[in-house]
Amino acid sequence: MIDEELQRLFHQASAKVVFLVDKNGQLIASAGETRDIDTTSLASLTAGNIAATGGIARLLGEKEFTILFHEGEKDNIHISLIGQRVILVVIFDKRSSLGLVRLRVKKASEALVRIFHEITSKADKEKSEGKLDESPFAEISDEDIDNLFK
Amino acid sequence: MSFINYSSREINCKIVYYGPGLCGKTTNLQYVYKKTNPEQKGKLISLATETERTLFFDFLPLALGDIKGFKVRFHLYTVPGQVFYAASRKLILKGVDGVVFVADSQIERMEANIESLDDLRINLAEQGYELDKLPYTIQHNKRDLSNVAPLENMNKLLNSRKVPWFEGCAVTGVGVFETLKNVAKQVLIELKKHY
Repeated sequence: MIDEELQRLFHQASAKVVFLVDKNGQLIASAGETRDIDTTSLASLTAGNIAATGGIARLLGEKEFTILFHEGEKDNIHISLIGQRVILVVIFDKRSSLGLVRLRVKKASEALVRIFHEITSKADKEKSEGKLDESPFAEISDEDIDNLFK
Repeated sequence: MSFINYSSREINCKIVYYGPGLCGKTTNLQYVYKKTNPEQKGKLISLATETERTLFFDFLPLALGDIKGFKVRFHLYTVPGQVFYAASRKLILKGVDGVVFVADSQIERMEANIESLDDLRINLAEQGYELDKLPYTIQHNKRDLSNVAPLENMNKLLNSRKVPWFEGCAVTGVGVFETLKNVAKQVLIELKKHY
């Protein structure tokens, strides 16, 4: 569902790349021309950027700044905070415009907030009913861990 | 908290190197970067000042291998050590899974070590973590210098929890991978407990 929404935003905003990062800097999902981009580093730097901006906001007595926009010679980047927990990043060039990106991001954000809400309530429900699947990590052995460091 | 992506079958864990200014946090990451196979590592990103002091953070993603069909990745971060970067330092600890405290072994830096360790405790608490419950490893760095404090004293001052500790000389790589392996292992054992 999240992937679908990102794909839709990617097309509707005529973006180059769209991706979703959690506030700790982990990449959740992406859409578009990600091949030439170091998405791991980009995710971590974006989260750092949002964290720093959040720090500035608190110093000024604001709760947070929800939108960041950086303009480059060729590419621009639009970063927005969704539902206070995930970061939506849109990279676009002259094929699109800031106005279009802002409009489409707003729509996509609303849809994503709904999706996250559904996922959370579903997970809570399953938890309370004790339906959660047995995790694959419960069976990690010391040997598995040692093998990583050979 | 470790981030498990079931759709791409990846586990991402965040390890933060903490310690006073000029203790060798960035040097640890640089050595790991230098000695890791190209296919296992991403770019080493350093947000530093013109004099190469860390301004915001250094970041190095490492892919170690697979466990139960899940790709295991560690994201290594350092904080800026200098006292006046306190506000930035706090931010890096968000979502941390394991901490390495790099202590400067020089006698005249003992006070700075203690101050940094207190700062770590306070900053973790602000993010809702307790140092005593996190995967945690100490590296007594710069053991090659002549004016170093005895290890016994350093452990008494900095390691009341008696966590695993290693002697280090990050410039030449002594203790660097031992420290990283130890904390990574603790993080994975913790993961096993909680999932």
